[in-house]
Amino acid sequence: MSLLSVRDLRVEFKTPDGVVKAVAGVTFDLQAGETLAIVGESGSGKSVTNLAYMGLLPTSRTTITGSVILKTDQGEVDLIGMSNDELRKIRGKDVAMIFQDPMSALHPYYSIGDQLIEAHQVHNEVDKKVSRDRAIELLTLVGVANPDERMAAYPHQFSGGMRQRVMIAMALMNNPKVLIADEPTTALDVTVQAQILKLLRDIQTQFQMAVILITHDLGVVAGAADRVNVMYGGRLVESATVNDLYENPMMPYTVGLLDSIPRMDQGHGKRLRAIPGQPPSLIKLGDGCAFAARCSRKSELPSGTCDSSPELKAVAPNHLVRCHLYDSKEKVK
Amino acid sequence: MNGLVAYISRRIGITLLILLAVSFTVYLIFALLPYDPASLTCGKNCNDPGIIEANRKRLGYDKPFFEQYWVFLVGLFAGRTFGEGAATIYCAAPSFGYSFQQHACVTDLIFDAIPVTIALAVGSLILWLVVGVGLGIIAAKYRGKIWDTLSTAFVLIGTSLPTFLTGLILIVFLVIKVDWSPFPAGGYTAPDEDIGGWFLSMVLPWVTLAFAYSAIYTRFVRSQILEISTEDFIRTARAKGLSDGVILGKHTLRAAMAPIVTMAGLDFAGLLGGAILTEAVFNLPGMGRLSLNAVVDIDLPVIVGTTILAAAIVVIMNMILDIVYAFIDPRVRV
Repeated sequence: MSLLSVRDLRVEFKTPDGVVKAVAGVTFDLQAGETLAIVGESGSGKSVTNLAYMGLLPTSRTTITGSVILKTDQGEVDLIGMSNDELRKIRGKDVAMIFQDPMSALHPYYSIGDQLIEAHQVHNEVDKKVSRDRAIELLTLVGVANPDERMAAYPHQFSGGMRQRVMIAMALMNNPKVLIADEPTTALDVTVQAQILKLLRDIQTQFQMAVILITHDLGVVAGAADRVNVMYGGRLVESATVNDLYENPMMPYTVGLLDSIPRMDQGHGKRLRAIPGQPPSLIKLGDGCAFAARCSRKSELPSGTCDSSPELKAVAPNHLVRCHLYDSKEKVK
Repeated sequence: MNGLVAYISRRIGITLLILLAVSFTVYLIFALLPYDPASLTCGKNCNDPGIIEANRKRLGYDKPFFEQYWVFLVGLFAGRTFGEGAATIYCAAPSFGYSFQQHACVTDLIFDAIPVTIALAVGSLILWLVVGVGLGIIAAKYRGKIWDTLSTAFVLIGTSLPTFLTGLILIVFLVIKVDWSPFPAGGYTAPDEDIGGWFLSMVLPWVTLAFAYSAIYTRFVRSQILEISTEDFIRTARAKGLSDGVILGKHTLRAAMAPIVTMAGLDFAGLLGGAILTEAVFNLPGMGRLSLNAVVDIDLPVIVGTTILAAAIVVIMNMILDIVYAFIDPRVRV
């Protein structure tokens, strides 16, 4: 049994224009200690998937169905349908999160020491001194110099990269089993990005954590992840190990994504290609293949094939694809 | 900490300069008004040029403008003597001048009036902060529910009823129509004479003022809380596993405090200059009524005094708010 198993997760938002199916039946597993990258464009549902089962979406006008089973010290629990009070005992303890913009993710009026100590105190009935020592220990670990002094500093006195380090330290306060990193490097300079990714890898080994790395940057994925889930239009469209995915991408969308970034292992002078068209509106999305309108290989299929949605199929060991091009391959449950 | 001291000294310096500019501007307007201050000292139908000229000399209106202003400024700090010999009038510092119509130093008139206004302003401030912030929190917490709708109704009524109407409604339905009403229909009882009577004479004015303000604050606090609830750092607080109460009380309200304190401070400062309508309706002898009567009677020295004081209170309150801000928001202390 995996650490976290997501089964047929669906998230719908009621809006004045109609129902937005932000996540339309996502199923995946997260094993202890692995890094799973979730990749996709803006609006593909990659962030919403994870915010949903963490109970961090606004509750009114949002419908969440499916099941998300998490192994905790108290046994297995289903995060969907938990009361907010039960769920908040899991948040920050079993599952911690860091976010895209460390500039705004820390409270501007409290010192980082206060914020770190608070994260520990909420899940542990211990003396403040213990929490304080823990905070200093973790600040040292994530590479904040003079942590003892810096505890009294406010977020605006840190650079973007340092704030993200503080956020990581905060996430680690309670030894979480899962760390959800939602675009952790998107708002940072490229050199700082590399440092933060290295830090994430190091602490993952040290803390034996599973990491869900949400990103739109396949360059980040290549160096950091074990396995990749590609999302499109609120669905999982391809899932494979990193090496498999980069060597043998199958879904035309994944191929398009890889063609749109520069790669060291491909010939010089090769032009980067963008995927034509726009991501689909999640309100109007019908029964057909969500990617059909932008698909470069649609013509290889008999007409009308793309009017039905393809199923997620295993086309190789540990390689799942949702695409009609591979319809002849064996179907998984 | 050095940054904080430097910041405060800088703010105080700027405030002193602004106060000087404010007093000069008010005095200039006073000099430019199409009234002869000396003639006004002599009452209606007084055409005796001898008396007018004697008063002009006595009050210093015969001097050039800049000298007059200088003497006025010095009087603020050192007190001021009007006239010579037996008819000498002395107004102790801070002297805002002498009202010939009321035969009193302006400062003494202000000192009589300001305790009433302070009592009115402080009492209603407390009342409207409790009601406004409380209802604002409730409305934000139960957004879209019945409590929110009820508070919206309250906001609409509170913001659309003018204070003089609210005051009159209260007087009619709580005093005149009720035989056993403990409240007087108006007038002021000094607290050192009868503390209970003072309290009862202030309740309806407090409620009247607070009604209008708490409606505005309810709406403001509600929108502040809803806006801050969408901030990333609130999502972080939820991701930490904090309870809703801690998130609201510690994280959201802390961030909402700065604009609420600013607004409350400025509204309070404005009220200290006089709540003219409320004081008029309840016949309270405060700054508002002093100013109103001075305007009606064209009692120029009183108008100058109350105007400068009201402006000074707002300027000083701005300074205090800037300093308080530095304690609320660490980013300001740079």
